Amino acid sequence: MALEKISAITGSAVYVPGNDIDTDRIIPARFMKCVTFDGLGEYLFYDVRKDADGNDRTHPLNDERFKSATILLSGANFGCGSSREHAPQAIQKYGFRGVVAENFAEIFFGNCTTLGIPCAVAARADIAKVAAAIEANPAVEVTIDVDAQAVRFGDDSIPAEIRGSARDALLNGRWDAIAELHEGVPQVQTVAAVLPYMAT
Amino acid sequence: MPKSLFEKVWDAHAVRNLANGQTQLLIGTHLIHEVTSPQAFGMLRDLNLPVLMPTRTFATVDHIVPTDQFVEPYADPLAQAMMDELRKNCADNNVTFFDRESGKQGIVHIVGPEQGITQPGTTIACGDSHTSTHGAFGAIAFGIGTTQIRDVLATQTMALGKLKVRRIEVNGQLHPGVYAKDVILHVIAQLGVNGGTGYAYEFAGTLFDSFTMEQRMTVCNMSIEGGARVGYVNPDQTTVDYLQGRPYSPTGADWDAAVERWLGFASDPDCSYDDVVVIDAANIAPSVTWGINPGQGITIDQTIPDAAIATSDDEKSSIIEALEYMKLTPGAPIKGTPINVAFLGSCTNGRLSDFREVAKFIAGRKVADGIKAIAVPGSQIVAAQCEKEGIDKVLSEAGFEWRAAGCSMCLAMNPDKLIGDQLCASSSNRNFKGRQGSTTGRTILMSPLMVAAAAVTGHVADAREVFEVGEPVLA
Ligand code: SF4
Repeated sequence: MALEKISAITGSAVYVPGNDIDTDRIIPARFMKCVTFDGLGEYLFYDVRKDADGNDRTHPLNDERFKSATILLSGANFGCGSSREHAPQAIQKYGFRGVVAENFAEIFFGNCTTLGIPCAVAARADIAKVAAAIEANPAVEVTIDVDAQAVRFGDDSIPAEIRGSARDALLNGRWDAIAELHEGVPQVQTVAAVLPYMAT
Repeated sequence: MPKSLFEKVWDAHAVRNLANGQTQLLIGTHLIHEVTSPQAFGMLRDLNLPVLMPTRTFATVDHIVPTDQFVEPYADPLAQAMMDELRKNCADNNVTFFDRESGKQGIVHIVGPEQGITQPGTTIACGDSHTSTHGAFGAIAFGIGTTQIRDVLATQTMALGKLKVRRIEVNGQLHPGVYAKDVILHVIAQLGVNGGTGYAYEFAGTLFDSFTMEQRMTVCNMSIEGGARVGYVNPDQTTVDYLQGRPYSPTGADWDAAVERWLGFASDPDCSYDDVVVIDAANIAPSVTWGINPGQGITIDQTIPDAAIATSDDEKSSIIEALEYMKLTPGAPIKGTPINVAFLGSCTNGRLSDFREVAKFIAGRKVADGIKAIAVPGSQIVAAQCEKEGIDKVLSEAGFEWRAAGCSMCLAMNPDKLIGDQLCASSSNRNFKGRQGSTTGRTILMSPLMVAAAAVTGHVADAREVFEVGEPVLA
């Protein structure tokens, strides 16, 4: 189960402004009626992208210039709300490979890391710089450098922190913990054996 | 060295350190439901891994079940497909499933405690953010994503970084008409929706000592709304009494040993915390939200905020966004805001004590004309007990529709939904845009009795004025 070592994500980017973008906004609950995650991508941000008749509204993701973006930029407290993995799954299935925001809700951050999606934390003024650069030139190449903890764009760069354990997991191809957890199973049995409630 | 409950439970379940610095943590009890587990079973099949400890996973169905249709197939084929998938996954893997025929089905966070599956000193995980509810018993309970559900199914563990602990000490007594729901809304309004990031919240103080298990669950339930992934109350005699005689509680000599163990998990009196917040219970008033996150709350006597009160540009834009969405007038009293729907239920306030409290005050009163009012018990057991006590009749006579157990109108995954921009007085836990099933639907969170007051008056009202709320009441 060798995993890709994710040291950097490069592509074009799109800026979806706003704070407290919650998981209901990212993927409305009615689209969670599914037994697989396939196909969730098309419902990403559905209720802000589409009107009641299913026609496009003005939204960065509906803007032709940003259609091929693979990096998502946003504001503070991104991914708050529910623990549903449908949200990062929708982001990934839509085609995004990395997210930059002022900060992230805890569970969302963990879910993303487990899917190999780096979540980089940057200052608002710095994110605004990147946003301005992509607005000026939507094709500008943006890189989330996991190793150097920076976001590079054109000739410029901003600091972008990826929290310790997540950064390590991405860099070393351990972002999906299953293999390592599985190796620990014999020790799991030992710890469980001394807990009376687990004997049932 | 003295330790907090969090540290004791963590240490008892830590398997080993992982290469990335996280801990492989044993998850003693795993709860699953139909929305987040099918994909995890799919991943397990792809990896060709079995469920490691099938007896430690328990399933129920809550989000998609219609509360007014009992016979399958359900009108919604997608809902039926999720039901079938869960049933099949449980059968194939020997996982206990509290299906509707069992009479024990309900919202996962109500079923676990009811069955005595939720116990002190244990670790619990469930693919649902309100798993923090189970912390009321002195368990460390995490809401997790689907990939982690897979991890728990396959290895009974997950990779986690240790949390910091903030003690939130609430002392004194609540005024009459003030409820556990108001306590947590107060905490969230005070510390913010992100205030708990990176923390486990330990709820303590004389108020929590005097609280029933159901009140403790209401508060722990909404820890996540304050950004804390975990919330807990130290186990005490109240916890022990609640668990005695439950189907999954230990019996005989095992019971005595378990009680001793459980009480031993309580935080040591002189342990240290990463942060301490002290609140006076007397300062807590009936609270309602006015905005689009649970932190946008005020007391019932206050006016709807104006963006001018904002102390930052962010706050200003979030107030403007919320007012626009909620179609509320800044500066106007929240009291008197007309409502269209009243919803009693959810994993926050869908328990026996919630319905008992409402029934006590609403008897003989009527839901105002034109208001749709529904009462949805959190589990079949809650429903049966309410029916035994005649609570269903009292509520029906008042004009509430009495439904079957499920998440119902807490979120938009079953037929119970808001229509258009209807405004709902709701005893649930989230007021996000579109949360209750209409992209323009509006939610005001409040305690169950406040929902009842809104239902009978047709507008947001102070339950203390609508009903004769006398001496201190507990719910
Ligand atoms: S009642 Fe609401 S918050 Fe609770 S589990 Fe169901 S949908 Fe989630």
